[in-house]
Amino acid sequence: MTTHDETTPATGPDGLLEQPLITPTGQVVTAADGTVAPEGGESSSVGGMGRQILQVFLENRLAVVGLFVIVFFILFCFLGPVLYHTNQTNSEAALNATQNGAPNSGHLLGTDATGFDMVGRLMFGGQASLIVGFASAAVATVVGVIYGAVAGYVGGWIDAVMMRIVDVLLSVPVLFLLIALVTIYRQSEVLIIVVIAFVSWLVPARLVRGETLSLRVREYVQAVRVMGGSNTRIVGRHIIPNAIGTIVVFATFQVADSILLLAALGFIGLGIPAPGTDWGTMLSDGVNSAALGYWWEIYPAGLCIVLVVIAFNFIGDALRDALEVRLQRR
Amino acid sequence: MIGFLFRRIIQAIVVILGVVLIVFLLGKLIPGGEAAAALGPRRSPAQVAHFNLVNGLDLPLYDQFWRYIWGLFHLNLGYSFKSNEGVQELISQRLPKTLTLVGVSTIVALVIAVPLGILQVVKRYTLIDYTLTAGSFLFYAMPPFLLGFLLILYFNFDFRLFPVSPPINSTATTIFTDPRAFVLPVITLSAITIASFSRYMRSSMMDALTQDYVRTARAKGASNNRVLYGHALRNALIPILTLIGLSLPAIASGALITETVFNYPGMGLLTVTAASNDDIPTVLGSTLVITIFTVAGSLLADVLYAIADPRIRLGSSS
Repeated sequence: MTTHDETTPATGPDGLLEQPLITPTGQVVTAADGTVAPEGGESSSVGGMGRQILQVFLENRLAVVGLFVIVFFILFCFLGPVLYHTNQTNSEAALNATQNGAPNSGHLLGTDATGFDMVGRLMFGGQASLIVGFASAAVATVVGVIYGAVAGYVGGWIDAVMMRIVDVLLSVPVLFLLIALVTIYRQSEVLIIVVIAFVSWLVPARLVRGETLSLRVREYVQAVRVMGGSNTRIVGRHIIPNAIGTIVVFATFQVADSILLLAALGFIGLGIPAPGTDWGTMLSDGVNSAALGYWWEIYPAGLCIVLVVIAFNFIGDALRDALEVRLQRR
Repeated sequence: MIGFLFRRIIQAIVVILGVVLIVFLLGKLIPGGEAAAALGPRRSPAQVAHFNLVNGLDLPLYDQFWRYIWGLFHLNLGYSFKSNEGVQELISQRLPKTLTLVGVSTIVALVIAVPLGILQVVKRYTLIDYTLTAGSFLFYAMPPFLLGFLLILYFNFDFRLFPVSPPINSTATTIFTDPRAFVLPVITLSAITIASFSRYMRSSMMDALTQDYVRTARAKGASNNRVLYGHALRNALIPILTLIGLSLPAIASGALITETVFNYPGMGLLTVTAASNDDIPTVLGSTLVITIFTVAGSLLADVLYAIADPRIRLGSSS
């Protein structure tokens, strides 16, 4: 999703592999969580700082709960169908089965209006919700970060024009813009990812531009310039890595927001088109028969959305607190 | 202050011009062009050519843009071929209702969120504080349409407290003649705003409590209440005006969902219905109008901020 990667060891300024760390809890971690030495040059990490960030993060119980919830849902949606076989493709066979069936031993959460098993449907729809959430947050973050870093680094009238464009797009209510784009360009999963990313890259662009403005006058940036480092190198290897804290926190919140946006689209009827589905579309389908008392068609999908969104918010909050530790030591 | 207001108004005009340009370009980006959207899949090339000629779509892009702006000044937002009506007519019936819904909900949200935030600061790090924080997390994470449906489910079906049907009268004064139909939409729309406003209020006041002027006040022997309400609250309240201004686009999005849930005939429902009919001129027209009103609302919030904050009101126009 982001440059955050805990499995590959970081390379230090000299290109040497850094030694893995052992946290007080006994876990072996490498300090490659994107932290950087404030006075250092290129994206490197100082052991103590990385450990400190991890420690602050793990001390936040809500964040650990959030992490468990997300891991659970990823396993549930992507590994679940392997273990829990349901028919999610043959609607004719499904139609012959019970429709709107109440939960029983065969269908743990009953069946929907077409006759699809609800547990399998939650896995199937959850795949789309999670993929759209992660992918659009990733695209939005990458585009926004590059845009913001370039605007802030180049400065002058180019920066002014680039930021006015962001102002203009930010003033359009998100859902109206989303609906306009989806109506014009027809629905598909890829289009929905692109469109949600299109309305979401503006905030990171602003954040990163702000950071860039303060970073580009730092001594180490001037040092690189004196040594003949190119502009691309300065932005890519020095400015963006040093803004990584802001970026990671934004990306985390954005996954939650993207999932909510997809749910809203699904509710309006512009979500993942049939035969696919997503949690929002499922919820809105279920609500159609709300008056009939088919609770299993509403609450499970709603609960999935709420749990995942809250979990990402917990993690985002904890990351922000953890990275503030780094800021305090700057 | 005059300098601040002048810059702020110029900025709003630039943003509105930019939005007009974007909405105009979105219309040009329709695959197959506007003719395809209006004439449908069984159009003939001759029909398309005629349509383009009549509507000036064969002109250069800048000419078309100029004509578009000229039309906007004459309140001409385009023509909805699907409903055989000018987009401006469709919008003029619905705009007052959305403005009423958004206005009332924002005021309700403020009236509830500010005391909630204060309560959280007064009782900070207690069970009440944590419960309210958890509540705001929940409402923030809950899709607004889910909340709306739960409200309908419990209050309409189970208790029959409020009518399911939307207010029938099409004027903005409906809220006075038929207030019961407004209760659930207003609750839905304000709930999410309350969640973010009260979180902001809490952190803003907590922040104020760490400031030097609070320490000075305490050192001078001011009572706890005086410090809280006389110093921290007064300083935390002004930025909430800016927050309202910044939240307006999000509130407008929330209104779209709320209107769809409750079948409330405003701009949001108009847009959603138009989208499901592939009525692109109406979607674009209502997007433009709602954005102009959002920008105007943010401008109003900033003007109020300038009046409320003595640092700007009395500052030199630098």
